[in-house]
Amino acid sequence: MWQLFTQNWQDFLTGFWHTILSSIIALVFSFILGSGFAILETNPNKFWRGVAKVYVEIFRNIPLLVVTMFFYLVLPKVLPAMNGFTAGTIGLTLYTSAFIAETVRSGLQSVGTGQMEGCLANGLSYWQAMKNVILPQALKITIPPLGNQFINLIKNSSVLAFVAGMDLMYQGDVIASNTFQTIPTYIIVGIFYLILTLPLSYYMQYLEKKLA
Amino acid sequence: MQNWINAYSATNLRFLLQGLWVTIEVSVISILLSFIIGLILGTIRYVRIKYLSKIVGVIVDVIRNLPLLLIIFFTYFGLPAMGIRVNPMIAAITAMVVFEAAMLAEIVRAGIAAVPKGQMEGARSNGMTYTQALFHIILPQALTMMIPALLSQFVSLVKDTSLATIIVLPELLYHAQIIYSQDPNYIIPMYAIIAVMYFILCFCLSRLAKYLQTRLANVF
Repeated sequence: MWQLFTQNWQDFLTGFWHTILSSIIALVFSFILGSGFAILETNPNKFWRGVAKVYVEIFRNIPLLVVTMFFYLVLPKVLPAMNGFTAGTIGLTLYTSAFIAETVRSGLQSVGTGQMEGCLANGLSYWQAMKNVILPQALKITIPPLGNQFINLIKNSSVLAFVAGMDLMYQGDVIASNTFQTIPTYIIVGIFYLILTLPLSYYMQYLEKKLA
Repeated sequence: MQNWINAYSATNLRFLLQGLWVTIEVSVISILLSFIIGLILGTIRYVRIKYLSKIVGVIVDVIRNLPLLLIIFFTYFGLPAMGIRVNPMIAAITAMVVFEAAMLAEIVRAGIAAVPKGQMEGARSNGMTYTQALFHIILPQALTMMIPALLSQFVSLVKDTSLATIIVLPELLYHAQIIYSQDPNYIIPMYAIIAVMYFILCFCLSRLAKYLQTRLANVF
């Protein structure tokens, strides 16, 4: 197994790098999108609440693989084609943003209504109150669940393998079919994933205990 | 427009429904098995049996932090290497059960830990043994509290069955791929209809989860 690694370490690291890159890009954008939809979901305006709800329900209830394949296969029929990495990352972003929206929404709702009323009574506008008072409090509560979403995101980034996204899973697949050492290759791939997810998962458990 | 009408011919629809049926079949079997195993593992992890609980804890943590896709590969290529012959169906169900059992074990452990301490103390001081208290007092309460989390885990299980296309399990997504590989014009109609099918299946489940969540919030 060590030999397998030393012979193919460059491919493994390329995959590792693409997995990290895709996860981080998807995390940043899905966090922005997700918080946006969470704010819309708690908005007093009925129309915007409806829009956010439909978006969240759609992406929460359709498999990530179908979303990703949609961007890889269906969209190029109308728009210029994109490579697997881009399509996969866009799919991941939209899928994760729905889950983040749910997490942030429950965070927003756990901030007492008195906070918003107090802000409005003191002359802040709705958006000012949201930005300066409500969101900072809500995000603090949502840090552990958001961390768990990030772990899920890293694991989910393995769907990039379906669309030739160059990620860890895809590289592992290629190496396994070149060397015929299937199980050792997948063990190495698994170790790489654990390097990313296991420390994060323990850190989140620690944070949960500390904040509780 | 003609593409859409041709794509949704009776034969194609029947073929898709066969795929949907396999998806449901794999999901239901995996849900049942993984629930039983998850319950046992979660309880073991909670009751702190010397060594055993630690070992179970480490295994559960490792499996939970691996992508399901990787576990599917392991069962599909790994089981034959150990001399067990598998078809895609068995490999997919094994992978699902292994992964989901680990996820559920964590939910069960958290659920049991959320039952107030006084319950156990009260049961013990009324003369119940630890095991009696666990099975008659703690677990029933923990299970009712866990129902929403369990159901949302089941929703993600149903969605995750689509990953088994990679080992040619004849489920919904794979059947759709077979249909559109005959005619590239069918790609859009096929993805539209399977998205709707998955959506209906999962939406009903997550609605149920939400309904139970509000119902149970009133109970406790």
